[in-house]
Amino acid sequence: MTQSNNQSTSRRDFLKTTTATAVGTGILASLGSAAHVHASGDDQIKVGLVGCGGRGTGAASQALSTKGNVKLEAMADAFKDRMDSSLSNLQKQFSGRPERVDVAEEKKFVGFDAYQKLLDSGVDVVILATPPGFRPIHFEAAVNKGVHIFMEKPVATDVTGVKKVLEAAKKAKEKNLAVGVGLQRHHQAPYIETIKRLKDGAIGDITSMRCYWNSGGVWEPRLAREDAKSEMEYQMRNWYYYNWLCGDHINEQHIHNIDVCNWLKDDFPVKAYGMGGRQVRTDKKYGEIFDHFAVEFVYADDTRMYSQCRHIRNCWNSVTEHAQGTKGSCDISGAKYETDAGYKWKYRGKKANPYQVEHDDLFAAIYNGTPYNEAEYGAKSTMTSILGRLATYSGKPVTWDEAMASNVDLMPKEFSWEATPVTVPDENGFYPIPTPGVSKVL
Amino acid sequence: MLSVCRSSLLMQGKFAFLAAMLFSVSLANAGDKAKEMKPYTEKIANTDVSFDMVPIPGGEFIMGSPANEKNREDDEGPQIKVKVDPFWMGKHEVTWNEYDIWSFNLDIQRRKLLRGKSDAKEKAADAVTRPTKPYTDMTFDMGHDGYPAICMTQLAAKTYCKWLSEKTGHYYRLPTEAEWEYACRAGTTTAYSFGDNPEKLDDYAWHYANCDDTYQKVGQKKPNPWGLYDMHGNVSEWVLDQYIPDAYKKWSGKGTLKFPINVPTTLYPRVAKGGSWDDEPEALRSANRIASSSDWKIQDPQIPQSIWYHTDAIMVGFRVVRPLKVPTAEERKKYGLDPAIPEDEGR
Repeated sequence: MTQSNNQSTSRRDFLKTTTATAVGTGILASLGSAAHVHASGDDQIKVGLVGCGGRGTGAASQALSTKGNVKLEAMADAFKDRMDSSLSNLQKQFSGRPERVDVAEEKKFVGFDAYQKLLDSGVDVVILATPPGFRPIHFEAAVNKGVHIFMEKPVATDVTGVKKVLEAAKKAKEKNLAVGVGLQRHHQAPYIETIKRLKDGAIGDITSMRCYWNSGGVWEPRLAREDAKSEMEYQMRNWYYYNWLCGDHINEQHIHNIDVCNWLKDDFPVKAYGMGGRQVRTDKKYGEIFDHFAVEFVYADDTRMYSQCRHIRNCWNSVTEHAQGTKGSCDISGAKYETDAGYKWKYRGKKANPYQVEHDDLFAAIYNGTPYNEAEYGAKSTMTSILGRLATYSGKPVTWDEAMASNVDLMPKEFSWEATPVTVPDENGFYPIPTPGVSKVL
Repeated sequence: MLSVCRSSLLMQGKFAFLAAMLFSVSLANAGDKAKEMKPYTEKIANTDVSFDMVPIPGGEFIMGSPANEKNREDDEGPQIKVKVDPFWMGKHEVTWNEYDIWSFNLDIQRRKLLRGKSDAKEKAADAVTRPTKPYTDMTFDMGHDGYPAICMTQLAAKTYCKWLSEKTGHYYRLPTEAEWEYACRAGTTTAYSFGDNPEKLDDYAWHYANCDDTYQKVGQKKPNPWGLYDMHGNVSEWVLDQYIPDAYKKWSGKGTLKFPINVPTTLYPRVAKGGSWDDEPEALRSANRIASSSDWKIQDPQIPQSIWYHTDAIMVGFRVVRPLKVPTAEERKKYGLDPAIPEDEGR
């Protein structure tokens, strides 16, 4: 009785793959004779990388693997060792096209102000991939400088940061700057096709959504307190475990899933209820973040999004999004749905590396001068995650409007290795942990 | 997988004793001792998890497929004659229950919780490198308990074996391509270990047409003649070899080969065998060879990419073997049996 379109023959074509078709060894395509619009006025696009960790390095590699004449010319990081290893990795990646990675000594910038020096050094596109706490500052500076931008998600860790990004996003539009945000599901064909079908009513009206980022957690702290020269260095090296830098894992990772629900809903929640805590990852080395959240988001029309994220090993793990409609249900991440009438659909088309596609799309827009700005939904999905965190930390409902009206600022007032971060440990090395029912978050 | 039958539990102690005996005798007697090889259940200390091992008798077989086999590909020939020494092989693919002990330190965590002491084996096992945590969930929500572990690199599978060896005191490793095919064929010469007819596949294997887009719990289908489950389908299985398309051509004409192996020299491609839930029947044939590629990691957004995870290899797992004759350090080096973790592994 079920109808199925599983007849498609598209399969993994892994069998007998004898040559590595590495991303990053694509052929430099001819750009043709069309007029190309970008800052430097010639064919070459000069890229600067701010934040040289694994993801920043990956993003740079993807930018350099787009079709155009793209070149990495400047790098910036708070830590010199991160920058050096990133550069050496990129040189390895592009050993076949060394002209793509050409970073002169005077274009390597280290320290808290490295981003500004990089922007002042004259690049056309900047990749912002530091820990997310810095993103609003860097984004604002990049927009002021008038360069095109790729920035990783999330785009902030607090409300003040979100507001700054929204402001700068407006300005970027006025200046016709292209802005890509690393919510790569928006560039992933199975997601695009599934969301389109859902919006076209494939399972009727959407009545609720569920999404999860339940996993075993991320990397262990990289530096011991006794090996750090200052509290600031310690937190920066172990940035995932500090809120001003990461925004907790609901913000840093789960934003992907939350963002998909917002995308489907074409809206952002007005309110959140949450619960969570720190059950297993309790050692002081894990800083101040929670290890589990469960949040119920409410949209203006009373539709709910149920969200979970967890960093606890050996539990039920899932990184997925789902939608329930009046006529069926959909596994969005699995790109399949089933109607109550028994119709089954599953995406069987092409799959490409979304991290590459998001850069291909951005650089195509830069070349063609097409309006391109993902900053607003990037900022609002970031805000959705932050709203969930605020509701969870406080144990009380928090509305979008009251959160947006607040001015809580998690960022340090001064940026230097000697400066004091907002939260500091007690004499035993433990950080203050938010307590639902007690903690004031706004 | 986890419901170990009573009798095998009762016999476990006996086999542990037998195994100890086997290693105390001189290797010249290994041939005689092969006759005494029995199935056994290995319990992983400081956990509730165990797995079953099946004896595979030594012998000779024809590796690769005949030129007239349907859907046969060039890299499967010409057929070569191979002599295989006896070993035990995992009755099932390694499950998440087993694999996650190593990847998430679950044994150490439990030992600490129970305030247990660690003996020499535990200390040696603790010293084996464990992987970084995966950025995302590697089951891809297809199931955990009783399901095969997937998405690991060959290095991760090899390092797991090293850990398992230290942990249990028995030498475990991945099979060679030849050993895997020998065990899969189980004395048969047909396309599959149950014959040539792919229509019978549903009795023996999870493949694209019957799996509902996901891997399945191990051990639900019929085993092959030697009692190994899911050798065809469910998940493809890592073996030790580099993938060289014309490997058999290079080997042919050299008589009966003893322990043929293509020691890896480059990261890609390496060999997986057996086909998976995501494959058509022809990929599940005993002789089919699957080559890994960098595409298996395409969604790893970091550079350098993880040495432990193949983010896109949701169809690849592995099973362990335990050779009756434990290789010497020299043999391990010569055949590339030990995991080699890159020096710049920084993540």
